[in-house]
Amino acid sequence: MSSNIEDIINIHGRGPGNLIQILQDIQAEDSYLSVDSIASVSEAMAIPESRIYGVATFYKQFKFIEPGEHMIKICQGTACHVKGSTPLLDVLESYLAIKPEETTEDGKFSLERVACLGCCALAPVMVVDNEVYGKMTQEKIGELLDTLRNGGDE
Amino acid sequence: MPERTILICRGTGCVSSKSPEIMEELENLLEVHGLAEKVEVKQTGCHGFCQRGPILIIEPDDIFYCEVKVEDVQEIIETHLEKGEVIDRLLYTDPQTGQHVPNYKDIMFYKNQQRVILQNCGHIDPEKIDDYISAGGYVALEKTLAMTPEEVIDVVSKSGLRGRGGAGFPTGKKWQFCRNAEGEPKYVICNADEGDPGAFMDRSILEADPHAVLEGLVIAGYAIGASHGYIYVRAEYPLAIERFAYALETARERGYLGRDIMGQDFSFDIEIKKGAGAFVCGEETALMASIMGKRGMPTPRPPYPAMSGVWGKPTNINNVKTLASIPVILSKGADWFASIGLEGCSGTAVFALTGKVANSGLVEVPMGTPLNKIIFDIGGGVPDGKTFKAAQTGGPSGGCIPAKDGEINVDFESLAAAGSIMGSGGLIVLDEDTCMVDLSHYFLSFTMEESCGKCPPCRIGTKRMHEILGKIKAGRGEPSDLQKLEELAYTIKNGSLCALGGTAPNPVLTTLRYFREEYEEHINNKRCPALVCKDLIWYTINPEKCIGCGICARKCPVGAISGEKKEVHVIDHEKCIKCGICFQSCPPKVKAVEKKTN
Repeated sequence: MSSNIEDIINIHGRGPGNLIQILQDIQAEDSYLSVDSIASVSEAMAIPESRIYGVATFYKQFKFIEPGEHMIKICQGTACHVKGSTPLLDVLESYLAIKPEETTEDGKFSLERVACLGCCALAPVMVVDNEVYGKMTQEKIGELLDTLRNGGDE
Repeated sequence: MPERTILICRGTGCVSSKSPEIMEELENLLEVHGLAEKVEVKQTGCHGFCQRGPILIIEPDDIFYCEVKVEDVQEIIETHLEKGEVIDRLLYTDPQTGQHVPNYKDIMFYKNQQRVILQNCGHIDPEKIDDYISAGGYVALEKTLAMTPEEVIDVVSKSGLRGRGGAGFPTGKKWQFCRNAEGEPKYVICNADEGDPGAFMDRSILEADPHAVLEGLVIAGYAIGASHGYIYVRAEYPLAIERFAYALETARERGYLGRDIMGQDFSFDIEIKKGAGAFVCGEETALMASIMGKRGMPTPRPPYPAMSGVWGKPTNINNVKTLASIPVILSKGADWFASIGLEGCSGTAVFALTGKVANSGLVEVPMGTPLNKIIFDIGGGVPDGKTFKAAQTGGPSGGCIPAKDGEINVDFESLAAAGSIMGSGGLIVLDEDTCMVDLSHYFLSFTMEESCGKCPPCRIGTKRMHEILGKIKAGRGEPSDLQKLEELAYTIKNGSLCALGGTAPNPVLTTLRYFREEYEEHINNKRCPALVCKDLIWYTINPEKCIGCGICARKCPVGAISGEKKEVHVIDHEKCIKCGICFQSCPPKVKAVEKKTN
């Protein structure tokens, strides 16, 4: 893993302006920022860990806990809100028995609230593993979760 | 030469409704039918009518098919391409007349727009630089390089262009400040951190016409005397980033970017910086902090970015739409641009028209167009027989314009006078089912979470306002709360360091101004008239209507509904989480599940 980090840092360069890009690339590979990877970045770039955490925790994109197998993002943008994304979130929470920013015990699903995915004309929208599902209803959620649980890709 | 061209939209919206699969099927079947030579299939960026996606246009017939499915491709080939007959069921249906509209240009959504910034969107392949060039692209850059930087700034100033990111500052003046500033090197930045939830204009432009933004940024660089440009894009827009990165590559190959651009003594390059999910980074000083790899926290101005910006050097920042306007201004002239819109507020405004509106999507109209015209003549009004209640502009920094003021002109000054702002272009239509208290609470929860925490009025103030709104929503509001909200609002507005805090109270202030009685209903009568606030509503099953089909009981995620087959069902209010799935799943003919408030 640390050799990958070395590669990523070499691609971007060690300048302080590249820190965010470097963290983004590490997260793209590992799906989150582990304690070890932050320590490696700190050493390689000669930036204190505290400062890296300071930057990383400021931005919503960065995760510090390994997410579940399927990432469910529910859009909470304004268009989605007025078209009923809050009840969708209620249904998701009760089906999965987790709150946003949590992962189910079996490690299958993570739930995340996102501000806007820019697909407002399809509101309300959710994204599962980078696939956009538009014009969602509470009913469709149950069906979608069943498909994902059974390992189907639809 | 192909006889026909099929344009298929591959913007984020249409991709999510499976346009890539449709394109693949089209290419396969055209081959099978021996039409591959005669018909060209072309991918385009966003047409702006995402709601009706996937969208497919057949040229030169000018036929517009919407909500096309993979299964429809066969019929399109056999009926339309081979027999020359239009397929009625795939045409757009006018929500007001119920008539099918075959021709692209006759659809109300497009007919009543004036597309300047969006002129190429949906018509060219964003991944083909030659498409952009044949649509007149890079002519403006060539013209620019034959002028002096001062002359370029002069044209931009004369056009009357004002910043489309929301503040409306004259672009020419902004460029001049940065040009005059001392310090080398200088930087120009394209702000594509479109954080307003409910807006997607910048995403669509980058996806559909990336070269226009690129050309605008190069021209800005030339005018200001910068050698380096950045584009700061939200990481949530992967397709926009991909298309822009590809545009950079092809522009470099053709000599529109890099060393000695178009053989002239001007070198300039652009670097993409991905945002990492922070609304406040749309603010100039926070954006620059983020580019420098720091926490995206705003700093006091002055010094303005034009004096001391990225790496302490003179920096100019413009929004995507501002930069996309630049090539048109230079190729068609300042006078042409200034003739559109209003005096002092020229050009067009691009909106993401969404919410409770029949046609939602990207809309471009001359500045000063009445709000009602946008909502009714382009948007087709509010669907499902509901009534138009208000329009929200400017996102979390903006406010709500009530239906009674629908004749208001949409421009920077008129919206500000109504207590809202133009913002970067989110326009959300609200109907009678939208609760204004809930909406204010929603916006405050957004700004509260996105407050960077640097200055107390914003950090603490938004939290207190959010708490009070939450109390009112829960039916625990007191009459004195409204005054407290107003006091807090003014403190936050006046005491915050940046525009995030300075505008955060706007949604509350405008709804208090126009919909005060709705707040009072929540406080005094513990009622939510729009039937939204969860603590003030409940669901019941009307025993006279229930047919005992059991659908609701099966769908209920918490097992709160019980009843024997063919007998009246009952909701256990102790268990019910008020998710509304029963309300949604009760067959439309039965409609036994009812929503109630005091």
